[in-house]
Amino acid sequence: MARMNMVQALNSAMDVMLERDPRVVILGEDVGYFGGVFRATDGLQRKHGEHRVLDTPIAEGGIIATAIGMGVNGLKPVAEIQFADYIYPGYDQVVSELARLRYRSAGDFAAPVTIRTPCGGGIRGGQTHSQSPEAVFTHVCGVKVVMPSNPYDAKGLLIASIEGEDPVVFFEPKRLYNGPFDGDPHKPAVPWSAHPRGEVPEGHYTVPLGRAEVVRPGKHVSVLTYGTMVHVAEAAVRATGIDAEIVDVRTMAPLDVDTLCTSVCKTGRCVVVHEATRFSGYGAELVATVQEHCFWNLEAPVLRVAGWDTPYPHAFEWDYFPGQARIAAALKQVTEAA
Amino acid sequence: MTPRSRLHVPHPPARPGQDPDFSYVRISPAGTVIRPDVTASARDMENLSLEMVRVLGEDHRAVGPWNPHLEPEELQVGLRHMLLTRLFDDRMQKIQRQGRISFYIKSTGEEAVAVAAGMALQPTDMLFPSYRQQGLQVVRGRNLVDLMCQCLSNTHDMCKGRQMPIMYHWGSGNIFTISGNLATQFPQAVGWAMAAAIKGEDRIAASWLGEGSSAEADFHYAMTFAAVYQAPVILNLVNNQWAISTFQGFAGGEHQTFAQRGPGYGIPGIRVDGNDFLAVYAVTQWAAQRARHSGGPTLIELVTYRAGAHSTSDDPSKYRPKEEWRAWPLGDPITRLKQHLIALGEWSEERHTRLEKELEAHVSASWKEAESHGTLTSGPTLDPLTMFEDVFREMPPNLKAQQQELRELREAQGETRSTEPAPSAAGKR
Repeated sequence: MARMNMVQALNSAMDVMLERDPRVVILGEDVGYFGGVFRATDGLQRKHGEHRVLDTPIAEGGIIATAIGMGVNGLKPVAEIQFADYIYPGYDQVVSELARLRYRSAGDFAAPVTIRTPCGGGIRGGQTHSQSPEAVFTHVCGVKVVMPSNPYDAKGLLIASIEGEDPVVFFEPKRLYNGPFDGDPHKPAVPWSAHPRGEVPEGHYTVPLGRAEVVRPGKHVSVLTYGTMVHVAEAAVRATGIDAEIVDVRTMAPLDVDTLCTSVCKTGRCVVVHEATRFSGYGAELVATVQEHCFWNLEAPVLRVAGWDTPYPHAFEWDYFPGQARIAAALKQVTEAA
Repeated sequence: MTPRSRLHVPHPPARPGQDPDFSYVRISPAGTVIRPDVTASARDMENLSLEMVRVLGEDHRAVGPWNPHLEPEELQVGLRHMLLTRLFDDRMQKIQRQGRISFYIKSTGEEAVAVAAGMALQPTDMLFPSYRQQGLQVVRGRNLVDLMCQCLSNTHDMCKGRQMPIMYHWGSGNIFTISGNLATQFPQAVGWAMAAAIKGEDRIAASWLGEGSSAEADFHYAMTFAAVYQAPVILNLVNNQWAISTFQGFAGGEHQTFAQRGPGYGIPGIRVDGNDFLAVYAVTQWAAQRARHSGGPTLIELVTYRAGAHSTSDDPSKYRPKEEWRAWPLGDPITRLKQHLIALGEWSEERHTRLEKELEAHVSASWKEAESHGTLTSGPTLDPLTMFEDVFREMPPNLKAQQQELRELREAQGETRSTEPAPSAAGKR
C-alpha cells in the first residue's frame, strides 16, 4: 500500500492500464509532455511514449470523436476533458454517437471510451471551472456515469471503467484532488495521507461500477450523496451529532438502487445532497427512486440539498456551495419531523 | 453618407420557374490538371483545389495524367455497381411511395462518388459514409436483401428495428454505422485512422460528408486532427450543390471551392469531377497511396449534383428549377462511363439493356425475399423485448426491470386483449 492523493491514484490507474493493456491510449489537452493541468497524467508520456499518450488540439468534440474512432478500431482510449465545463462541444459525440453505437448497430460496433473530466467547485473557478454536469449525462441511455469521492475508489473505479466494454463519463471532483475537503474553506487543507482511503495499492485492482457504498453506518436518516459532498456530509453529521447513514453513490448510472433503498427503508428518512444545481438535478432521480421503493417506510419528506439554480458565481462561492450548514439544517428538518 | 453594414444573403442562380444556370461551376478540360507524385508536399499542389480533375473527355475517351488505366472488365464492374445502385434506389423510392417503407434516400446522379471510390480502396480499409453512399455497400458485395430488410425493420433487420431506413452498418464489410447526425463520422474516421497508425497497420480510413454539413464543427475537428497527426485518412466532401433546400453558397462555397479548405489546414485539397468514374477512381487511388505511405490525409471535393430530392420527405420543386438536373454540366456518371466503354468497343446499347434487365430482376427477387421476412404492416415481426438489448454490453438492473415490465404488459394484453394496461411494476423491489 502507498499513500496517494486522488491525482496520484488516477495517475497510477492509467499507468497500470498502459502497462497491462497495449490497447490503452490517453489523449487530451496538455496531457502529454506537460502531464495535465492537474498533473493526472504526469510522467505517462515519458514512460509509455507519445503514441500512447497524446497531446491534442483544443477541440473537445474532436477529442471525443477521435477517441470513438480509436475505440471502434480496437483501442481503449481514455480521453481527458480538461474541465467538465468544457465538455459541451463534445456533447453530440457523446449523446448521438458514443452512447448509441452499440445500440444502433445491434452490437456490431461499439467504442469502449472512458472520458475523464474534473468537475465541481470550491476552487474559485467561477462558472466555467466549477460545474457538475453529471445529470446531463445520466439522462443519456448508453453511457455509464461515475464520480469517486476518494483516492482508493478513484483508482479502482477508473481501472474498472477502462477495462469495461461500455463508454464511461468519469467525473473527478477536483476539490478532492489533494485532500478530503469538508466544505469549510477557512480551515487549513487536510491531506489524503491522513485519510484511510488515501491508502491505495500500487498495482492493479478494481472497484466495480454500479455499486454504492455505505461510508458511515447510521440509524436515523440516510444521506445519499457523491463526490465532494460525501466529505461535507460527514462533517455536517459530526457537527449535528445526528446518527446518519451516509451512502456514497459512486456510480450514478447504472444506479445501485438496492444499497440506497435498503438504507432508506431502514432509517425511514432521507436527504439527498449534491453540488450540482437543484432543478432537474440528479437528486431528483434519487428522490423519485426513493419514493418508488421506500414510500411506506418514510417518516418524513425527502429533502434535497444542492447548488442554487444559478450559474456558479465567482465571488459568492461559499454562499452558493451547499456546505455543512445547509446539510445540517436539512438533517434536523427531516429528523425532527413527526 | 453614414456608413452602414449589410448582410450578404446568398442566392442560388435559379429558383423554380427560372432557367438553370451553372455558370458558377468552374470546369477544367479533361486531362489538363497535373498529377503530382503522391509524396509531394501539400504546399506544392494548391492548384488541385482550384481546378477540376477530369479524365473522360467530350469524345468519351480517357485522357491525361490522372487516367487510372483500368482494364475494360473493371470498368464493366464499375458500371454494373453504379447501375445496380441506381435501380435499387429507384425501386426503394417506389416502395416508399407505396407506403411499404417509411423513408428513403436516393443517391441518383452521385453513384460514381461511392462506387469509384469504393473500388479504388482495399476491402480492409474502413469506410465511414454519410447516408448517400449506398454504392459502397454494393461495391463491397452486400446482399441487397440485407439492405431491404433494414429499410423494412423486419425480422432480418441488421438494426433490429431500432433505426429508420438507410442507417446501415456492416462490421464484417468494414462499413461503419451511418449516423443521422451529420458529419459526426468525419472526425471518427480520423480517430480510426490514428489508431491504425498507432497499431502500425497499413489499413486506412475514408469518410464522406456533404458540402452542407461541412459547416459543422465536426468537419473542422476532422481536418485539424488529420492534419496535426498526419492520419492515414481520405476525407471526401460530396458537393452535390444542395443541402435539402439550401444551395452550396450557404455552406460557404460561393467565394472559394470546398477543396481550398484543404491547403488552409496543410492538407492536399483535390477538386474532382464527381460524375467522372475514372477521375474519382484516380484521385481516391492517389490519396490512398499517399495515406498508406505515411503521407497523411487528403481532402477530396467531389463536384456532383443531387439529381433527386434530398429524401422521400422532400420536394425540390419548391426551391429549385424542376429540370435543373438536365442542365448539370457534368452529366450523368452512368451514361458517361457507358459511353466510354462503348467508345472503347467494350460495351453496347444491347448489352446495357440486357444488364439493366438482369439487375432489375435481381432487385425484384431481392425484394421478394426481403418481404418474406416481414414488413412494417404484415408478416413476422421482431420481439419488442429486444429493444432493451445492446444499450450496454450487459443489461443493467434498471433495463432488466423495464424489460420485465413490458413483458408483463404484453402478456396481459395478449391474454385478455384488454385495452387496460397491466399494473406497473415500477414499485416492485
